[in-house]
Amino acid sequence: MGIPTEHYTRKEKLGGVGCERRRKEDARFIQGKGNYVDDIKLPGMLHGDFVRSPYAHARIKSIDASAALALPGVHAVLTAKDLKPLNLHWMPTLAGDVQAVLADEKVGFQYQEVAFVVADDRYIAADAADMVKVEYEVLPCVSDPHRAMDPDAPEIRPDLAGKMQGAHSARKHHNHIFTWEVGDKAATDLAFSMAEVTVKEKIWYPRNHGSPLETCGAVAAFDKANGELKLWVTSQAPHVVRTVVAQLSGLDEARVHVVAPDVGGGFGVKVGIYPGYVCAIVASISLGRPVKWIEDRVEHLAATAFGRDYHMTGELAADKDGRIKALRVHVLADHGAFDSCADPSKWPAGFFNICTGSYDIKVAYVCVDGVYTNKAPGGVSYRCSFRVTEASYIIERMIDVLAQRLGIDKAEIRLRNFIKPEQFPYMSALGWEYDSGNYAEGLRKVLEACDYAGLRREQAEKRARGYLMGIGLSTFTEIVGAGPTKICDILGVGMFDSCEIRVHPTGSAIARFGTKDQGQSHRTTYAQILATEIGIPSENIMIEEGDTDTAPYGLGTYGSRSTPTAGAAAARAGRKIRAKARKIAAHLLEVSEDDLEWDVDRFVVKGVPDQMKTMKDIAWAAYNNVPPGLEPGLEAVDYYDPPNMTYPSGAYLCVVDIDRYTGEVKVRRFYALDDCGTRINPIIIDGQIHGGLTEAFAVAMGQELPYDKEGNLLGASLLDYFIPTAVETPKYETDFTVTPSPHHPIGAKGVGESPHVGGVSAFSNAVIDAFSHVGVTHIDMPYKSCNVWKMLHALGLDKRE
Amino acid sequence: MIPPSFSYRAPATVSEALALLNESDGEAKVLAGGHSLLPMMKFRFAEPALLIDIGRIPELKGIRQVGNRIHIGAMTTENELLESALLKEKCPLLPEVVRWIADPQVRNRGTIGGDIAHGDPANDHPATMRALEAEFVLKSADGERVVAADDFYLGTYYTLLEANELLTEIRVPVLPPGTGYAYKKLKRKTGDFAIAAACVVLSLTGDKCERIAITLTNVGPTPLRAETAEKLLTGKAIDDQLVEQAAQLAMEICDPAEDLRGDKEYKIHMAGEMTRRAIREAIDRARGRK
Ligand SMILES: Cc1cc2nc3c(=O)[nH]c(=O)nc-3n(C[C@H](O)[C@H](O)[C@H](O)COP(=O)(O)OP(=O)(O)OC[C@H]3O[C@@H](n4cnc5c(N)ncnc54)[C@H](O)[C@@H]3O)c2cc1C
Repeated sequence: MGIPTEHYTRKEKLGGVGCERRRKEDARFIQGKGNYVDDIKLPGMLHGDFVRSPYAHARIKSIDASAALALPGVHAVLTAKDLKPLNLHWMPTLAGDVQAVLADEKVGFQYQEVAFVVADDRYIAADAADMVKVEYEVLPCVSDPHRAMDPDAPEIRPDLAGKMQGAHSARKHHNHIFTWEVGDKAATDLAFSMAEVTVKEKIWYPRNHGSPLETCGAVAAFDKANGELKLWVTSQAPHVVRTVVAQLSGLDEARVHVVAPDVGGGFGVKVGIYPGYVCAIVASISLGRPVKWIEDRVEHLAATAFGRDYHMTGELAADKDGRIKALRVHVLADHGAFDSCADPSKWPAGFFNICTGSYDIKVAYVCVDGVYTNKAPGGVSYRCSFRVTEASYIIERMIDVLAQRLGIDKAEIRLRNFIKPEQFPYMSALGWEYDSGNYAEGLRKVLEACDYAGLRREQAEKRARGYLMGIGLSTFTEIVGAGPTKICDILGVGMFDSCEIRVHPTGSAIARFGTKDQGQSHRTTYAQILATEIGIPSENIMIEEGDTDTAPYGLGTYGSRSTPTAGAAAARAGRKIRAKARKIAAHLLEVSEDDLEWDVDRFVVKGVPDQMKTMKDIAWAAYNNVPPGLEPGLEAVDYYDPPNMTYPSGAYLCVVDIDRYTGEVKVRRFYALDDCGTRINPIIIDGQIHGGLTEAFAVAMGQELPYDKEGNLLGASLLDYFIPTAVETPKYETDFTVTPSPHHPIGAKGVGESPHVGGVSAFSNAVIDAFSHVGVTHIDMPYKSCNVWKMLHALGLDKRE
Repeated sequence: MIPPSFSYRAPATVSEALALLNESDGEAKVLAGGHSLLPMMKFRFAEPALLIDIGRIPELKGIRQVGNRIHIGAMTTENELLESALLKEKCPLLPEVVRWIADPQVRNRGTIGGDIAHGDPANDHPATMRALEAEFVLKSADGERVVAADDFYLGTYYTLLEANELLTEIRVPVLPPGTGYAYKKLKRKTGDFAIAAACVVLSLTGDKCERIAITLTNVGPTPLRAETAEKLLTGKAIDDQLVEQAAQLAMEICDPAEDLRGDKEYKIHMAGEMTRRAIREAIDRARGRK
């Protein structure tokens, strides 16, 4: 061991796990040096644009592209007829359904892709798209999912006629997709029938959209001479894209080169494969020229995958002291015209069965019915691990409903029901094995920091004077890090992830991963994990992702999975490097491996501190002086198949004041305590929390994609779709507890999605709590002022004395 | 969100611009700050064959006092209005309203002339101009006319402005000391248009309201003037009950369009609420100045 200060300095220099390393990504981005798909410009590149349906449900009687084709600069107008011979007019979805690439005889949602125009530039393409004449016969449409399974409901998917066995269950109606049941129905029903108290609430989680800064797009370049396809694409999971493209196109997978360059935000929207990607590829193959397709914001909001749209009915059974005995949930899931959910294949409702939350609920039953409607397809997780936000929302709302019913304080009822630290690993009634947690500690810390008792006193005084103030709590448990390949796959590929490290002779390194950063700071944090494992400063470790030719196969970045999976692979690949380095060090120092101990960045002979070899020395020796029988070089690969999910948790508190006369909700305070296990980089965590809470705020206060009765999407532009600015965004206070995951190599759990998942219920609970004294138990999101005012007005609370 | 192709000209003088407008036979659009026009072109709601950029015409800029009026060049940007010491002293309502318009980026380019000429009832200047009883100078190759803001707005995107006319100047009064004023705008977020807004300009004699103008933003096809409410309050000492009655009268003239910001009922009530708040604040200010 060196002297303590010297030791400390070396640790500092290493920049490993736990240090507040500044984001390495930003220097490029803030100088405008990013390289996004739309920055790709190739010689001879053409541009594509879609003709989209103005109707939600209509038969296509004819498509006349002659005027468009006559426009100078137009190269092609593709329709389903052109794709049919290639069998590409339909494509498989990740959810086991099929989706029309270009509308095949019929459109099923407004803005559906009908034809793809390819022209010399984006402007000509747009002009030509306007000139394609499509004759429609408008059909009756289904926009209300509650009407979707009416006997006389219009049939949305005649292509499935007669196929009464779906990918996940039997189908009981032409607009039924699946029924998914989890838990013990009989035991749950029994618990309800015997319970002292039961509560029930209908809770809708509205349709919304992740809407990242960068919309979706692709550049496809087919090299006819070599039969190779290169695809730059806005993807969170480029390796999966390569596999799917190879399968669809019939090209050898080795001849398909998929690159996700810089990705400007994903939030789940960039997991799936979109018709635009397929059309760009087909157009490039058939025209022999590179083709770019970049969607605009309206297309993005209207046709690229939405989030949520769960119509839930929650029920809790409890005793008079508020101890929960059972949970029952039914969900009517509005999937739009195709089931394009991006969940692991066997999970049609994602991990919605995490809906017992942080509570020790012995019996539960969940039933989800997925239905088709004449709306855009999607159902991706909007910064949420596979329907976990909906799950967390229903339980965090329902426990408040129960508290109100029993007159028990909302913090107290949570403390009474939490799973206790000694119960971990905890097997939930709906089948998950929670790895670790200390929920009560987190909540207590928050209550104290915010003077919860004082807030409740203030609320009582305010109410007496006619003011509306609400206090919202959310004590959520997430399930992330999908996932063990025995239960999680995407189109048959197991959901492991990977890391490949190469240490260069002079002691720097490059590491490549199967994940793909879209703002999560992988360059910064992966290097920290590796630095701690291999003793090379994080500054000297390059991180690369996104190029399927160079990066090892992985399932990508979403569902807060990167740290739990690829982060684990990094630690394990690092340990392989270190194991080899130990052999080399022993050889160099002429001692046995057992005589060595690891010290930050070197191996030291036990008890002889000046007998040591640094990783820099060892890296050099790896290329010229390895022990006999050992291969030269210093490389390692790890494919990590996680044994379990990880279960981050948190306790959030939100305080709102409501203007009685306008319905405006003002967030006065937001305190967020997160437990993501081992903390790799506190400032990156804070950044993720701030971003996720802001999304949660946006969702709770205004994000919605409503449709009218005719299936017209209302408000598909940023004029209407609510993206808050810094002015409206609340100030956040962050805090943490650390309960490491016992099964993860470094104990980390993943944090990217916690703030969104937990934040939404905190905002909701705060708004509804403001009305609890007048008997209100639920108000659907979003809490835009007009909706809140409706409630105030109905209750007469907006009257002036 | 890709506009069709168009030609572009950038004249250096008003007369050149007017000549171009005259020649173009209604096929041209004047481009000021572009923050309303360009979005409309991107949605292909507007498809002008020619854009006449009036941003390089020095005579269309500037703020100066002429007698008891302030003359503002149509191409004066919102930020220039915000920074004007003259306006701050002589017509402080205007910079107060500007603060509610869009965000700093939009205000850097958006112009008072464009905001007024666009004819969008959601814009904030039109109701303000009616409350101030401003005048607009309209020029064409044939000559010049001066019209009252009160008469200018005919319908949504429909004003007295002829296709060959240019709005060159806006004339607002110097507000006499003791004038009470307020602009109350309810909006979802920074950079958003009003759910409803109310503008009030008034003067008191003793406790009595001598003169009052009440106008409303985004609750009808044009900016609205709540004349019955004005009549009710004129000559009276305004108390809570009168404020309430005036708000009710203001609500009666509203006919807002429903959108995601609210349905008709909500927007009408908010027009009433903004009216209450604006009257109260204007009175406080009138009193504070004495
Ligand atoms: C994000 C965003 C938020 C906004 N929020 C608000 C808001 O809260 N409140 C608000 O009031 N406005 C708002 N606006 C609109 C903004 O203020 C515009 O700048 C303004 O409406 C138009 O002014 P302009 O100079 O940009 O005109 P342009 O867009 O260039 O022109 C608008 C129209 O007026 C015509 N025109 C312009 N100048 C003249 C002239 N001198 N003579 C004749 N015709 C002319 C043009 O031909 C065109 O038809 C917002 C805009 C954006 C993009």
